[in-house]
Amino acid sequence: MPEIRNYTLNFGPQHPSAHGVLRLVLELDGEVIERADPHIGLLHRGTEKLAESKPYNQSIPYMDRLDYISMMCNEHGYVLALEKMLGIVAPQRAQYIRVMFDEITRILNHCMWLGAHALDIGAMTVFLYAFREREDLMDAYEAVSGARLHAAYYRPGGVYRDLPDSMAKYQPSKWHKQKEVDRLNENRQGSLLDFIEDFTRRFPTYVDEYETLLTDNRIWKQRTVGIGVVSPERALQMGFTGPMLRGSGIEWDLRKKQPYAVYDQLDFDIPVGVTGDCYDRYLVRIEEMRQSNEIIKQCIDWLRNNPGPVMLDDHKHVPPKREQMKGNMESLIHHFKLFTEGYALPEGEVYTAVEHPKGEFGVYLVSDGANKPYRLKIRAPGFPHLAALDEMSRGHMIADVVAIIGTQDIVFGEIDR
Amino acid sequence: MSKAVEALSARIQARFSDHVVTHTALGELTVEVPAQQLLSVARALRDEEEFFFEELLDVCGVDLLTYGEAEWDTVSASCTGFSRAVGKPHKIKTQPQDGQRFAVIYHLLSVKNNQRVRLKVMLDEAHLIIDSVIGLWACADWYEREAFDLFGIMFKGHPDLRRLLTDYGFIGHPFRKDFPLQGNVEMRYDTEKRRVVYEPVSIELRTLVPRVIRAEHAVKSVTEGEG
Repeated sequence: MPEIRNYTLNFGPQHPSAHGVLRLVLELDGEVIERADPHIGLLHRGTEKLAESKPYNQSIPYMDRLDYISMMCNEHGYVLALEKMLGIVAPQRAQYIRVMFDEITRILNHCMWLGAHALDIGAMTVFLYAFREREDLMDAYEAVSGARLHAAYYRPGGVYRDLPDSMAKYQPSKWHKQKEVDRLNENRQGSLLDFIEDFTRRFPTYVDEYETLLTDNRIWKQRTVGIGVVSPERALQMGFTGPMLRGSGIEWDLRKKQPYAVYDQLDFDIPVGVTGDCYDRYLVRIEEMRQSNEIIKQCIDWLRNNPGPVMLDDHKHVPPKREQMKGNMESLIHHFKLFTEGYALPEGEVYTAVEHPKGEFGVYLVSDGANKPYRLKIRAPGFPHLAALDEMSRGHMIADVVAIIGTQDIVFGEIDR
Repeated sequence: MSKAVEALSARIQARFSDHVVTHTALGELTVEVPAQQLLSVARALRDEEEFFFEELLDVCGVDLLTYGEAEWDTVSASCTGFSRAVGKPHKIKTQPQDGQRFAVIYHLLSVKNNQRVRLKVMLDEAHLIIDSVIGLWACADWYEREAFDLFGIMFKGHPDLRRLLTDYGFIGHPFRKDFPLQGNVEMRYDTEKRRVVYEPVSIELRTLVPRVIRAEHAVKSVTEGEG
């Protein structure tokens, strides 16, 4: 009688549903997964080591490149760590701007996740729809920071600059006639806040569209219901945070439980799953998008009525305005010192965490009093999630691995760091 | 928040009496645990009602080799002090735990009691081994592999202590302070040999902004909670 042996399959690193550079070694019994061994590190850039050789502010752009789907939330975690060590607090308006952009980022992230997840398990249209919405939000990114992805907009002491009063407009060209351009520019006539407000009015109907396509879709349910079930106890054991933990029915959200910035002044709900399968996590994230939309609306109202500074006036940590620097000796010295040497953090250690779209994004910072971090450790939310892939996929079919990778919302920038 | 942290600190100190040292800074609680006590303390922190740290958020290593070293002399003017500072670094201050080069840091979270704690275990370079907490928190698996990969810290009882982030066949532990930032080898595709080759690194390290520790920050020391 011939010996029956398990079959080992190499999945990735160049596989469209590996979400980047995941190499997965699957041990199979027929089509059933016996063991999954993710090999990561193909995108390891040593961000934490690089940060040790740079003044604090120069590492902010590195944070964008961690989880490159939710840029500003990463910045928020890092900037909060610096502010906590320095003992400074950003002005209220800056905090509202941060919260608004955190939620814009959450929608950006969830749209990307939804599109990619649906595409992986067979639904094409959602991907196209989701990218339509991402376009508007990335325009909002561009309006405040000049960059559509890697913003570097949050700084210790506030945000880089206030929200602009006008939006960039499309220009007619050989390919776009005046009439078409007018249509595209319709919601760009006012300020950035008007543009975002217009988006928040439209967005709930977009989410309805996604739901029409997926929520009661028979194929979608066959692919997600009962797949990758995680009990609440196991979710905690495996270090889950964010929607992965809430999908398993644990009500835990840092925005509510350990509020930072101005989340304690905003009104929103935390969706929680029941069974902890891929479908529940889908529902949780869909509802999170709706809640984020509500938060953005509240922030817009507040920001309209409360003009004010968006950056501290403390030039030991925050560079002075360019006009000041040109006309004032003191400001020139501050400017020079901040850009050649940077500021030093007092000796000590700090851990700050924010509710990143994927879970808890933590920054552990050790300072020995120098102008560069002594040690920076980034707690990426996706890291323990991917580590749990083995346990989540055991006993499932090969095709379900794709659904599980999708539901984990894996981005390699943050896992490999 | 800070009152709750003080109370938790007192409870932990009372529970483990002289086994641990607690200190709070910036509203965060750090518990220093000797390596031999780690498992018993961690188990108690996880299981006992008043602590209930059911979630391990993070494990990381810290290498204290160059702690408090600066590349720029800011106390007195010197003929070399204002150069590009690529010279020899000098020690401004030493780390509080003298002689022990490595630390392993655990960040714990209690979802039930909404509290956090940081465990710190100091390790000697000569005896770089610590008990694995994988039996208490399953997610320690990858975190410990990462700490092993980047710092060379061994975890006793870990079932599968392989490298995690670095390349297959990588030599050295890159996050140690004596590992150069630019690395030791570089890789390229050799068209003649028609394969990837590894060579000694050709780039040189250049200090763009020197590391500076100013006197006003050097005075604050252990009371603040160290690094």
